[in-house]
Amino acid sequence: MKLAKKKGSVALTVLFAIISVFYVYPIALVVLNSFKKKTYISKMPFAFPNAKSFVGIDNYISGIQKTDLLRAAGVSLFVTVFSVAVIILCTSMCAWYITRVHNKFTASIYYLCLFSMIVPFQMVMFPLSKIANMLHLFNPLGLVFIYLGFGAGLAVFMFTGFVKSIPIAVEEAAMIDGCTPLQTFFHVVMPIMKPTCITVAILETMWVWNDYLLPSLTLDLKKYRTIPIAVQYLKGGYGSVDMGAMMGTLVLSIIPIIVFYAFCQKYIIEGVVAGAVKG
Amino acid sequence: MEKAIKRYLPIFVLPTLIAFTVGFIAPFIVGIYLSFCKFTTITDAKVIGFSNYAKVFQDDTFVHSLWYTTLFTIITMVLINFLAFVVALALTKKIRGSYLFRTIFFMPNLIGGIVLGYIWSLLLNGILAYWSKTLTYNATYGFWGMVILLLWQQIGYMMIIYIAGIQNIPGELIEAAKIDGATKWQQLRYVTLPMLRSSITVCTFLTLTNGFKMFDQNLALTNGEPSEKSELLAMNIYTTFYGRPGWEGVGQAKAVIFFLIVGAVALTQNYLSRRKEVQQ
Repeated sequence: MKLAKKKGSVALTVLFAIISVFYVYPIALVVLNSFKKKTYISKMPFAFPNAKSFVGIDNYISGIQKTDLLRAAGVSLFVTVFSVAVIILCTSMCAWYITRVHNKFTASIYYLCLFSMIVPFQMVMFPLSKIANMLHLFNPLGLVFIYLGFGAGLAVFMFTGFVKSIPIAVEEAAMIDGCTPLQTFFHVVMPIMKPTCITVAILETMWVWNDYLLPSLTLDLKKYRTIPIAVQYLKGGYGSVDMGAMMGTLVLSIIPIIVFYAFCQKYIIEGVVAGAVKG
Repeated sequence: MEKAIKRYLPIFVLPTLIAFTVGFIAPFIVGIYLSFCKFTTITDAKVIGFSNYAKVFQDDTFVHSLWYTTLFTIITMVLINFLAFVVALALTKKIRGSYLFRTIFFMPNLIGGIVLGYIWSLLLNGILAYWSKTLTYNATYGFWGMVILLLWQQIGYMMIIYIAGIQNIPGELIEAAKIDGATKWQQLRYVTLPMLRSSITVCTFLTLTNGFKMFDQNLALTNGEPSEKSELLAMNIYTTFYGRPGWEGVGQAKAVIFFLIVGAVALTQNYLSRRKEVQQ
């Protein structure tokens, strides 16, 4: 009985090991092809690079040059870091206020945030891009502002859910001791909210870093591109795609994600679970 | 205390509220208004009543993509949830390398849709080349290409949620069922599944809305080809706006209909599955 169980679990391990190989394979294939001359890539994508097709890091260099990838990475990093920081700071404050102050105004903000979560982006896509243009929000800083607006729904919703579970007595004690609401928020509420901050940060980072459509419609694309826009730009137009540069760019755009995942894996997975339970 | 906080409205609420108004409320209201107008930008809009909506349903590409998207969403929802659940069940057993497998299966979620699309177009077009076909040969190839891509991307995400759900089931419940003589299948059917209702609710909700709203992967993998036949709804709306001059109003009307569909699906799903959840 015990032996059979053990055999079963070994079989499962082997099975999952095989599936894992299939899971990693598409990415490995791109890495493999990134070292091949471009004419060999679409003709024989499954062949290993050989003496004739191997080009070293040429594809990476041409990918970086054609897409201005380093600058795009800078823009992506700037937008993601600042958007997530601003979203966390502003929406947590807003969520605390609308949970602690009860009136029709705060209630309607809450329900609007809830409502915004089911509205697909296409619904606001065109007006938003025009309004953003009118308000001169076509630079990275403007994009941060738009992300605060469009990302507010989910973040306010999650923070409100958490604030409701904090015993109000702690805050009252702080206020009686002479704290202003601002001091109370930053010294008492914020430290308790840390886990929720991490969850929101993870979810918003995954969204902002990978988002393509919103920045492609609002940014001034002649000056600023994010990484997904840079990748899509390679494909753009009517000419044929430079598959070599494409492979190099794809690999380079995956590397930061893998590094981030390696360091924050625990938080990411916990964040996803916590986010799902509330959402 | 409420009174003291109340005066701080400008500091606490205003930044978010202004951004929310610019980023969501105003575009939403303008969007509804524009769906009744003929326009090329917001400032030259003229109200023309319901004729945009009439045109939406005369547009074959929209009707096609509506069915295409519905089918896509149902198939991916069923497959993703089934496979994620099976994998979660297996990985919560004591097997070697369980954490490593979780890590690997979750990874594709962190990669954006555009990059994923190009990764898979290399692989799938490479395979199809043996039959001298490509993903854009016809809409069916594109359809299954997108299904495979979305499965690869999202099984890991849903698996994580199911694993958390399974680990939250109190061990006594399963023990009690065992002592009462329940078979493995009965334990699964009458203990595990009912206890996982809320995970199932969340995962079906996420897969439903993700399927309906998918855009990036569609753009990168098939770009709607051949001749707009592999367009999901989100992409059909996009090409109506930016690919057909003079059709902006119709695009906006499509967007409103899209919003109503997504909203109705989300609310119905939520209502149906919340009703069945076990109270703990």
